[in-house]
Amino acid sequence: MLGFNLIPANINLRFISKKKAFFAFSALLVLASVGLFTIKGLSYGIDFKGGLMIEVRTPEAAPIADMRKRLSGLGLGEVALQEFGQPSDVLIRIQRQDGGEKAQQAAVVKVKEALGPGIEYRRTEFVGPKVSDELFWDGVLAVSYAILAIMAYIWFRFEWQFGLGAVIALLHDVLTTIGIFALLGLEFNLSTVAAILTIAGYSINDTVVVYDRVRENLRKFKKMPLAELLNNSINQTLSRTLMTSVSTLLALFSLYFLGGEVIRDFSFAMIWGVIIGTYSSICLAVPLLLHLNVRRGGGPQAEPSKEAAAPASP
Amino acid sequence: MVYFAKWKIVLVGIVCFLGVAFAAPNFIPKDQADLLPGWLPRQQVSLGLDLQGGSHLLLEVEIQAVVREYIESLVDSMRLELRKARIRYQGLGVEGEAAVVTIKDPDKVEEARGLLRALDPSTQLESDGNKISIALTDKALADRKNAAILQSIEIVRRRVDETGTREPTIQRQGADRILVQLPGVDDPERIKRLLGKTAKMSFHLVDQKNSVEAAMAGRIPPGSWLLPSDEGDGRMYLIRKRVMVSGDTLIDSQPSFDSRTNEPVVTFRFDSAGAKRFGAATAKNVGKLFAIVLDRKVISAPVIREPILGGSGQISGSFSIQGAQDLALLLRAGALPAPLTILEERSVGPGLGADSIAAGKIASIIGMIAVVVFMASAYGLFGFLADAALIINMLLILGALSFLQATLTLPGIAGIVLTIGMAVDANVLVFERIREEVRAGRTPISAIDAGYSRAFTTIIDANLTTLIAALLLYAFGSGPVRGFAVTLSIGIVTSMFTAIMLTRLFVVTWLRRTKPDSLPL
Repeated sequence: MLGFNLIPANINLRFISKKKAFFAFSALLVLASVGLFTIKGLSYGIDFKGGLMIEVRTPEAAPIADMRKRLSGLGLGEVALQEFGQPSDVLIRIQRQDGGEKAQQAAVVKVKEALGPGIEYRRTEFVGPKVSDELFWDGVLAVSYAILAIMAYIWFRFEWQFGLGAVIALLHDVLTTIGIFALLGLEFNLSTVAAILTIAGYSINDTVVVYDRVRENLRKFKKMPLAELLNNSINQTLSRTLMTSVSTLLALFSLYFLGGEVIRDFSFAMIWGVIIGTYSSICLAVPLLLHLNVRRGGGPQAEPSKEAAAPASP
Repeated sequence: MVYFAKWKIVLVGIVCFLGVAFAAPNFIPKDQADLLPGWLPRQQVSLGLDLQGGSHLLLEVEIQAVVREYIESLVDSMRLELRKARIRYQGLGVEGEAAVVTIKDPDKVEEARGLLRALDPSTQLESDGNKISIALTDKALADRKNAAILQSIEIVRRRVDETGTREPTIQRQGADRILVQLPGVDDPERIKRLLGKTAKMSFHLVDQKNSVEAAMAGRIPPGSWLLPSDEGDGRMYLIRKRVMVSGDTLIDSQPSFDSRTNEPVVTFRFDSAGAKRFGAATAKNVGKLFAIVLDRKVISAPVIREPILGGSGQISGSFSIQGAQDLALLLRAGALPAPLTILEERSVGPGLGADSIAAGKIASIIGMIAVVVFMASAYGLFGFLADAALIINMLLILGALSFLQATLTLPGIAGIVLTIGMAVDANVLVFERIREEVRAGRTPISAIDAGYSRAFTTIIDANLTTLIAALLLYAFGSGPVRGFAVTLSIGIVTSMFTAIMLTRLFVVTWLRRTKPDSLPL
């Protein structure tokens, strides 16, 4: 035998009996996230807020203080400078300019004049008010439609109880991701939306695998108490859940540490998503089924032969 | 399911072969790939602007300006027409997207209606008592807007081409937007400056009968405009509204140097109609001043010393060399029908692009190695088989990207790395299931059989949900994020293929060859 098991073959952890602790923990996470979102708010990137973002590289360690002084004298409103990846790289963020689309353009020219020659412009981005509004609503729509579409798919493939359970777990993952972005003050931009959609996909993927086993067991063991059945289902799929999570995390950590400064926040969001998604499908999605009135013995998926045989053998 | 149909084996073989064939050109330098014979796949993955460096500009055509201009010209012809017919009117002007006028004499309303209706067949006329309003029909309005957008795109293309940018992409986006992508341009200030000019040029006589001072005090004569100098020195000119010759009769324009002063100038040449009109106008007005007006600013206002009959001339403002080059370029490329606004810019320098590619490569390779080692140590031989499938999977993704000529962006690379991690999921599902079946006492063959058939629906369900998310991201995303949706979607499809078909073919082949008593899993 070459292989190893991440967890012993006949593991039987009591997930269901600790469901109250899980529910409480998750409720706390979600409440904290919503609180952080409403009180502290997200630091939106220029994609959604409009404004300028310029990444520059100076020949030597960047004179950030001097640059800040020169830029804040331009009257462009809020100017933020930060070291980006290495001492010679600086990321400059400038708030959206009043005065419509043309004002953003004018601000770019001003900044380049103020910084003078001898600087490498690695990235220059500006988003005017019109586009940033559109991008924001497109992002909101994309996430909402994704959640609806996934819910519809699960509903179609399983029963409504499963669809509801999966979506609760999914919302939990999405909300807490937004929460962690608010908590850490990470920039929330288009790639964050991409990350959230991927997290949604991953979270559902994980949930579906466990649900599939629940459905199979529901058909196989008609007499088993639901709590025990759910617990078995989790344990039977636990090895797979962890294997996939670990392998995905291995790839994502590589991306986080080696993939460069530009996508670090994006990688972080997905790492968080994989961890929280794994947790929620095991500790939230499945125990929730206990409270969602799952039908036993039959349902649309049950084989008709068994249904027909049932009255003959009471 | 240990039996594998011949056609399936052939299919798997063909898909893998095609994938590798289309991926192959990416492993040799681009100039060598271009030399491959035409029947071989030779397209490389096309890199997004964030990876190869370049500039992305989203422009909006101020389409209302086109409509407004048209209505203003309609007002002018209405005035002429009514005066000619000696119909008295009041309140002639622009109201929204319509030209309106009130006829003083009620008996003349019908006559006026007839005259005004004949002005332009693409308009519709409405009247309310004595008030007549004329607007473009909906269709004519839409046609005119559309024509203006198409013409704008053409002019933008000409201007960009004139700057010598290689392989620009210029395409329409939505109703009134133009997307301009300029690979390799990391400081697009010049192009932005060029696109920011409408470049409508015309030649006018200077109004020398009235004084500029009086006009600046607010008394502008009705047939004249008060326009500023182009140099931004605050000088004002009073010029006649009537266009002497319009700039669209120019056929060529070049930067040059004045033979006497050696200052940069712009030379131009009219077409034959333009030359004739310019000749006639200058012959009639020798000794007077005329103004060269660009975008309602006066570039220069020289004296007409003698009739200019040759159909060519030169403009000497106080240009820099670059300024002369830019103006000549703008005049050559023609005027935009409406002003453009830059809504969004995203420019990436070649340095950052190259760094991103390098970082993306390293992250992919290290991620790949980590996953390969992890799978092999967890599942032994089966892990190796899954690893082989994973490597082929990567080639399939690369091949599909090259074949579809989808754009690979930095988030796209992230999508590939994510796929590396998630692609093994389907195999993990199957292998874990096989382990379970073995524990339940099945023989190797029947365990593998059951493992694949039971995991199948789970694999489909699990992957389709992620695919839904990826497709929505593609539909709503823009730019680089779309690249992420593309690689993620391709990755999901190829990893389903490799898990369900390829790894299984490996496993079944191994099973047939060795006929094992127990599984090394």
